[in-house]
Amino acid sequence: MELVKPEFGLIFWMVISFGLIMLILKKFAWKPILNMLHEREASIQNALDSAEKAKEEMKALQSNNEKILADARNERDQLLKDAREIREKMIADAKGIATKEGERMLSAARENIQNEKMAAITELKNQVASLSIEIAEKILKSELSSDEKQKSLVNTLLKDVNLN
Amino acid sequence: MANKTNIFKHFYLLLVLLFTSVSVFAYEPQEKDKVVESAPASKHNENVEESKKFNAGELIIGHITDAHDWHIAGEGEHSIALPLPVILYSKERGLSIFLSSKFQHGHKTYNGYKLEKNHIVAVEEMDVVDAHEATIDEEVTNGLWDISITKNVLAMFVSFALMLWMFISAAKMYKRNPGQAPKGMQGLLEPLIIFVRDDIAKSAIGEKKYKKYLPFLLTVFFFIWINNLLGLIPVIPGGANVTGNIAIGLVLAAVVFVITLITANKHYWRHIFAMPGVPIGVLVLLTPIEIFGMFLKPFVLMIRLFANMLAGHIIALSFFSLIFIFAEMSTGLGWGVGVFSVAFTIFMGMLELLVAFLQAYVFTLLAAMYFGSAIDEGHDMHNHQDDHDHDRNF
Repeated sequence: MELVKPEFGLIFWMVISFGLIMLILKKFAWKPILNMLHEREASIQNALDSAEKAKEEMKALQSNNEKILADARNERDQLLKDAREIREKMIADAKGIATKEGERMLSAARENIQNEKMAAITELKNQVASLSIEIAEKILKSELSSDEKQKSLVNTLLKDVNLN
Repeated sequence: MANKTNIFKHFYLLLVLLFTSVSVFAYEPQEKDKVVESAPASKHNENVEESKKFNAGELIIGHITDAHDWHIAGEGEHSIALPLPVILYSKERGLSIFLSSKFQHGHKTYNGYKLEKNHIVAVEEMDVVDAHEATIDEEVTNGLWDISITKNVLAMFVSFALMLWMFISAAKMYKRNPGQAPKGMQGLLEPLIIFVRDDIAKSAIGEKKYKKYLPFLLTVFFFIWINNLLGLIPVIPGGANVTGNIAIGLVLAAVVFVITLITANKHYWRHIFAMPGVPIGVLVLLTPIEIFGMFLKPFVLMIRLFANMLAGHIIALSFFSLIFIFAEMSTGLGWGVGVFSVAFTIFMGMLELLVAFLQAYVFTLLAAMYFGSAIDEGHDMHNHQDDHDHDRNF
C-alpha cells in the first residue's frame, strides 16, 4: 500500500519546482529555441522556395529562348522564301519588260528602217531625176554645141517629121 | 564461509557495475549487508533483525520507495549515505528542520520525531532516546506535514538543474549562431524538440493551437525522460525511482487535467454532458460514463507512468535478488544463477532504455491528445475516432 499512497512532501516539492521550472524553461529556453527553429525553418523554406522559383524562371527563360529561336528560324525561313519569291518575280518581271522593250525597239527599228528606206528611195528618185536632167542637159549641150550638129539634128528631126 | 560469500558478492557487484546500468545497483551495498548478515546468522544472534534471512521483497520495496537519506556505499551502521534535510511542520510543535543523520539510521529519536519504516512519526519523548523504546504520539503524527527533501525530491532537483543547464545552454547557442546548423548540446536536443513539436504537439493538437501547449509538453517530455534515464544510473545522483513514484505521476496527471479543463471549449463540454445526436434515454447512461472518463483519462496517465517505471525497477531488482536467494542455498548455485541474472538484467537494462523514452513519449502524446480533444472543433465522427484511439494506445 505504501507504493500507491502519494506522499505529501513529494507532491509539495513537485508542484512548486515543476511549476517553477516550466516557467523558467518557457521564458529562457523554449521560447528562444522554438523561435530560432521556426526562423531557421522559414529561412530554409525560403531558400528552397527561391531555388524552386529560380529553377522555374530558368525553365521559363529556356522555353522563351526556344520560342525566340523558333521564331527567328521561322522568320528566317519566311525571309528566304520571300526573297526567293521576289527574286523570281523580279526575274519574271525583268524578262517581261525586256521582251516588251525588245519588241518595242524592234518595231521602232523596223519603222525607222521603213522610213529610212522610203527616204532613201525618194532621195534616189530625186537624185536619178536630177542626174537625168543633168545628163539630158549635157547631151543637149553636146548635141547642140556646133552649127553643123544643130543643122544635122534639125535635119534628122525634120527627116523624121514627114509632112504627111 | 562468510569470507567466501563476501568475495563472491564483491565479484558480482563488480560485474554488475561493469556491465549494466540498471537502477538496482544503486542499492547494492544494502543488498550486500543483508546477505553478509544472513551467512553468519548461526554464529551471532545478538540482534534479531540482523540475523534474519535475505528477504527479497523487503529489499525491493526498500529500494523503490522514497528515503530520507541517499545511500552511497558501505554496510549497515558504517554505510556512507548522504543525509538529507528533514523539514517538518505540525500545529503543536511548529517548524522543525534538521538533517536525517540525526536519526542514526532510525535507531534514535530527535526533536521528538523518529523514523518508522522510512516515515517520520512524532514521539512523546523530546530528548534523544532509543527509537525502539519511544512511544508514538498519534495526535501530532496525524497533523504532521512532512516536506522533507527526500531522496526523490533531491533527485528531482538534480534533474531540474540538469534540464536548466541543458536547455538554457542550448538556447544560448541558438541565440549566438542564429540560422546556423546545430552543434553539440543543440544537436542532441534539437531532433527531440522537433519530434515533440511535430510528431506529438502538431499531430495531436493541430497546427493552429499547438503552440500554447508546447512549453508544457516539452517540459513534461524531458522531465520524464531525463528522470527515467537517471533512474537507470546506479550511482548518485541517479538511481532514485522518481518517475516510478505515484506522487510524481499524480502531479503531472493533475496538471494535464487542469490544463484540459481550463482550455476546453464548448464542444468538449457538450460532448461530455449532452453528446450530440444521442437520444435522451441513452444520454442518461452515457453522460455519467463520459464524466467518469474525464477523470479516468488523467488517472490512467498517472498509473501508466508509475506502474511502468516501477515494474522496470522491480524486475531488475528481482533478478539480482535471485542471485542472493540461490547463493544462500549454495554458493555454486548462486554463481550459476548469477550468470543468467546478469544476462537478463543486461537485457532488461536495454529494454528499460527504450521504456524510458517510450513512457516519456506516451505520456506526452496522450496529454497532447487530451488537449487536442478538449479544443477540437471538428465534427462528431472525428471525435469518436479520437476517443477510440486513446483507448487503444498502450
